[in-house]
Amino acid sequence: MGAGMTDANPQATTLSGRLTALANPTRFLALADRLVPWLGGIALVVLAVGLYLAFAAPEDYQQGSTVRIMYIHVPFAWLSMFCYSLMAASALGTLVWKHPLADVALKSAAPIGAAFTALALLTGSIWGKPMWGTWWVWDARLTSVFVLFLMYLGIIALTRAMDDPGRSARAAAILTLVGFINIPIIKFSVDWWNTLHQPASVFRLDGPTIHASLLWPLLICALGFTLLFLTLHLMAMRAEIWRRRVIAMQRLSARKAERAAR
Amino acid sequence: MLALFLRETRLGVRAGSGALTGVLFFLAVVAVIPFGVGPDLNLLSRIGPAILWIGALLASLLGLERLFQADREDGSLDLLLIADGRHMTALTVFVKCLAHWAVNVLPLVVVTPLLGLFMNVEPLGIAAATATLAVGTPAITFIGAVGAALAVALPRGGLLVSVLVLPLTIPVLIFGVAAARGAVADPDPFLPPFLILAALMLFFAVIGPLAAALALRWSGD
Repeated sequence: MGAGMTDANPQATTLSGRLTALANPTRFLALADRLVPWLGGIALVVLAVGLYLAFAAPEDYQQGSTVRIMYIHVPFAWLSMFCYSLMAASALGTLVWKHPLADVALKSAAPIGAAFTALALLTGSIWGKPMWGTWWVWDARLTSVFVLFLMYLGIIALTRAMDDPGRSARAAAILTLVGFINIPIIKFSVDWWNTLHQPASVFRLDGPTIHASLLWPLLICALGFTLLFLTLHLMAMRAEIWRRRVIAMQRLSARKAERAAR
Repeated sequence: MLALFLRETRLGVRAGSGALTGVLFFLAVVAVIPFGVGPDLNLLSRIGPAILWIGALLASLLGLERLFQADREDGSLDLLLIADGRHMTALTVFVKCLAHWAVNVLPLVVVTPLLGLFMNVEPLGIAAATATLAVGTPAITFIGAVGAALAVALPRGGLLVSVLVLPLTIPVLIFGVAAARGAVADPDPFLPPFLILAALMLFFAVIGPLAAALALRWSGD
């Protein structure tokens, strides 16, 4: 699985042994080929069940039907953070263990994470229009997610700016880790900034807890979207490995052609 | 290390106009704002500290990509990296940041009171804005060093450095402006955000050079 592979854990000898075995791209490709259909299938089934339950769930007494946006919005927001944590773990894998797949994992996770963050912002905005009467509020949480989105875009820009995959991998890893250290600071400062400028609680989730009838569909949806994310991530990693192989082969054939011409 | 500081300072002053361009940019940004929001002096005095901070933030990003690039072009960066055994690379980066700050960013802090007058900020507010800028801008330079080190091998890294660095400077901006405003607006406190700003500066003084040194060592091969 995508997460298990990047969360390298030195204590578990069997796990680290398996991780070392996965450093061979061919072996990883074989595993990914086997996993992707299953993961994708399970993700689709779980998502179908979750979305069905979401539409079957009772409506909120205040928000009416719009509360159903929550069932996709919250998983998106959760995945935007999950993906960044996964990238930070991959960055550690690149810098500390020099695992060749960690850099592939980081590079291919960034666009997916950016897409999920954008979706979280978009669905939140669509949800916010009927609820708060505006598309955007400079609320602390919205602002920090927006900053997270900017950081995703910065990492993508950096990985795309360099030709040499090894060099871009290390640069992206350092940037990801620096960003990861900074995220709590940004969150804290944005909270401070917001409470300083605005009277408290423009909005809040309805009450401290959600009723179980709403919570279960939400959890199932979150699980489904996480599985979907892992599937997409595996596919992106597979594509990235293939892309590097194609580039290597092109270089090789160009060199051969040059030698033949001489 | 002192020799390195002097060398950097001398190079920065002699390469010339870098600091002056930064000040000019700062001046231009601050001068453009009233045209955008209108010449209402009350409004300007209210948003004045924020404008000064944003202008200084943007202006201090200007020269960042030259922080390591000039040294890389003439090869002295490799020498500094090879000397890792005698002088820790992170310390070298730290000194370079200090020199860069003294040459390129300190002038911005110096002209802040003048620009504050343009913005009709009251004297106490001007003093607070200058003090917060003096404490906060080193943090921007230290974060910027990471971006500069990451983009050092890129031919056109300047814009990328700004894009990478700006999201990370948001906490500095928030607490800088909060402290500068806290000195003027009555219910808001001045000291807590100012102390947090100082803490952020010290924190980035450690994180920034370490990460930049790591990035430089791996970009060099």
